[in-house]
Amino acid sequence: MALNITGRKLFVKALKEEGVDTIFAYPGGMITDIMDELYKTEGIRVILGRHEQALIHEAEGYARATGKTAVVLVTSGPGATNTITGIADAYYDSIPIVIFTGQVPLHLIGNDAFQEVDIVGMTRSITKYGVTVRNREDMGRLIKMGFQVASTGKPGPVLIDIPKDIQTVSGSPEYPDHVDIRGYHPNESVHIGQLKKAYRLLKNAKRPLILAGGGVRIAKAQKHLLTFATKMGIPVTTTVMAKGVMPDDNPFYIGNCGMHGRYAANKAVTECDVLFSIGTRFNDRITGELDKFAPKAQIVHVDIASASISRNVEVDVPVTADAKIALEKLVEYAEPMENDKWLAKIAEWENEHPLGMPNTKIGISPQTICEGINEVFPDANIVTDVGQHQMWASQFIRLNKGQEFITSGGLGTMGFGFPAAIGAAVGKPKKPTVLITGDGGFQMNMQEMATAMTEKIPVVICLFNNANLGMVRQMQQLFYGKRYEITDLSAADGKYYPDFIKWADSYSCKAIRVTKAEDVVDALKLARKNTAGPTVLDFIVSPDDLVLPMVKSGTPLSEMILK
Amino acid sequence: MKNRWIALYVENQVGVLAKVSGLFSAKSYNLQTLTVGTTEKEDVSRMTISVMADDATFEQIKKQLNAMVEVIKVIDLTSIPIHMKEILYAKVSGLDCAGKTEAFQIAEVFDQGGNVKIVDIGADAVLFECTLTERKNNELISLLKTRYKKLEVIRGGAVAVESISSSCR
Repeated sequence: MALNITGRKLFVKALKEEGVDTIFAYPGGMITDIMDELYKTEGIRVILGRHEQALIHEAEGYARATGKTAVVLVTSGPGATNTITGIADAYYDSIPIVIFTGQVPLHLIGNDAFQEVDIVGMTRSITKYGVTVRNREDMGRLIKMGFQVASTGKPGPVLIDIPKDIQTVSGSPEYPDHVDIRGYHPNESVHIGQLKKAYRLLKNAKRPLILAGGGVRIAKAQKHLLTFATKMGIPVTTTVMAKGVMPDDNPFYIGNCGMHGRYAANKAVTECDVLFSIGTRFNDRITGELDKFAPKAQIVHVDIASASISRNVEVDVPVTADAKIALEKLVEYAEPMENDKWLAKIAEWENEHPLGMPNTKIGISPQTICEGINEVFPDANIVTDVGQHQMWASQFIRLNKGQEFITSGGLGTMGFGFPAAIGAAVGKPKKPTVLITGDGGFQMNMQEMATAMTEKIPVVICLFNNANLGMVRQMQQLFYGKRYEITDLSAADGKYYPDFIKWADSYSCKAIRVTKAEDVVDALKLARKNTAGPTVLDFIVSPDDLVLPMVKSGTPLSEMILK
Repeated sequence: MKNRWIALYVENQVGVLAKVSGLFSAKSYNLQTLTVGTTEKEDVSRMTISVMADDATFEQIKKQLNAMVEVIKVIDLTSIPIHMKEILYAKVSGLDCAGKTEAFQIAEVFDQGGNVKIVDIGADAVLFECTLTERKNNELISLLKTRYKKLEVIRGGAVAVESISSSCR
C-alpha cells in the first residue's frame, strides 16, 4: 500500500496525470493550501489573471486553440461567483474546462460563513457536471470524473468544489485511470442504417447543401468534411461556430449562413432540396423564423447529442453520432454528383449581392481592416469579442490554413475576446493571435492588459473603435427611428474615455492609433513584429457602418436586409 | 398536450433532485408531480414524474433527462402497463352527525379492498386515507369539495412501477 497523501498533493498529482501544463488561477483564502502545493510543483504554468470571469475566457481560448481540456482555479464566494458568466459561455459553446473552486471547511457549509456560496447549486444549469468533494476518499475519483465528463461526448464545463479541510486531510494517493459512470455513455458509434439512409437522400438530391456547425470542429473532422464535400461536389455553408472548418478559398465553400450570413448562403438554405446538417443545434441565429427555414428541403441532422435533434427544426433523417465518426463513413460512401447547375445558381446569387461594405465617411471601413489582417496575418488564430466587429470578422476574415476562429457564439458574451485571445496565445505561443474587438466589449475585461504584459503574451489587439455599442445602435438605426438611447459611449461634450493610447501607455504597451485606410497594413506589420508582448491598434471606424446582410430576429432567412 | 409519466433511476446524491427539478423550471416544462425515494440499492433513487406535455416536448424532456450525468436510466411509463398509486389524506371538518355518516358512505363506495379508509375521527371531523390512482383521488377530491366546506387535502404524488403480468393501471 502506498502511503497516504494530503488532498492538496492529490490535486497536483491529478493535474500531472491529466497532462495539464497550464492553469488559469486567482488566489483566495480557501485555496491557499493548493496554491502552496503549486508553488512546490514544477511543470505547471500558473497564469494569474486579474478577474475570475476573465480566467474562464482565458481557459476557453486555451482550450479552443489547443484542443485540450483547460483548468481554472479560484477561491470560494466571490471568486466562484465571478466565474459564472464565463462558465455559461463555455457551456453554450461546448468548451471543455474543469473549474476548481475552493469552499469553506465542511463544518461551516450552510452557515453563511465568510465567502461561502453554494456555487455547485448556482451553476447547476450551466455545467455538464458539478460536485462538492465531501469526502477526501472521493477526491481522486471525482477529479477524474470531471476531466472525463468535460472532454468527452458534447464537451463542456465541469465544476469541482473542494472544501478547505479536504485539501489538507490525508487519504489514498490513488488517482484512477478511468472512472465508470453508469449514467454517462457518450455516443461512440453511428447507426449505419440511418447514415446510409441519410447518404442516399443526399445523393439523390437535385440541390444538396451541407450545413456544418461547431461540432465538426470539436470532433476534429475538418479534413473529412472537406474530402466528403469536394469528392461529392456539394456546396457547404457554416454556422459562425464552424467558421474555419472549410478553407475560405475552397470552391465548394459558400460562407456563413444565418442572421448576418451571406446572401448566397441564405438563398441556398432556402432553396436547397436536401439540407445535410452536421454538428449544429439550429440556433435561432441560424434559422431565422423556424417555420420558413429550409422550406423546400428534407433535412438530415447528424449530432452527437440526441437532445439537439428535432428540438428546434423537425428532422427527416436523424443520426446520433460524433461528426468525425459519421464523416469517416460518409467519405467511404462518397461518389461524385452532378451539381454544376446548382453551383452556378449559387454563384449567380453571390454575384447579385456579394459581401462588401460601402466606403465610409468617417475613419476606416471595417472591411479594409479585416482585409489588412488577412494580408498580414494569413496564418493567425483569430479571436473576436461580441458585436458588429464579430460579424464583420465572420464575414471578411479568410481562414485558409486551418486556423481557429474563436468567438463567443452561443452566449454572446461581451468581454470574452481579450482574455480568450490571451488564453489562445498561451496555448499556441508559436502561432500569432489576432484579437478583433470593439471598444465596448474590450472595456469589459481590459484589466487583463496587466496579465498580458506580466506574462509577455503577444496578442495583437485590433480595436474597432466607433465610440458606440454598435450592434445595438444598428438595431436602433434600423428599427427604432435612430433613437440612440445609452449606446453612445462618449460624454455629452463628445469626449471619449479612455484614450486607449494613453491607457496602453500606462501599461507600457505598444499602441498605435490608425485613422486612415492606407495606414492599416503598416500598423498591422508593426504589430506583427512585436512578439514581446501585446500591441494595441486603435482603429477609428464609423458608428454608422452596418453589418449587412441582416435577417431581423424572428423573420425568415429569405428576407434579408441588404442596404 | 396530455399527462405523461416517466420513471427515473438517479444517483442518490446531494443535489440530484435539485438538478432534475431545475431542468423542468429552466426549460418551462409543465411538471405535475414528482416523487422520489431510495431503491433496493442504497446509492440509487427512483423518481416518478408526471408532466403535461405535447409529443415533441415530451421527447425533448426524455432526451434532456438522459443527457444528465446523474441520471442512470429513463423509463417512459406513458404507454406501458403499470401499477400506480398515490397516497392522499383528506381532512373534512365542521361536520354534523349526518355529515360524518355520509363521509363513511363515501369512503365505502370508493374503497377497493381497503385502499380508502377513515383512519381518524373527532367531534366534528374525519380523516380519509386513500391509496388510489391519481385520477381516482382527483374524483374523490372533487366530490368532497361539492359536499363539504372545510376540506384540507394532502397529496403525496404518484409512484408507479412496471407491471409483471397484469395490465391494469
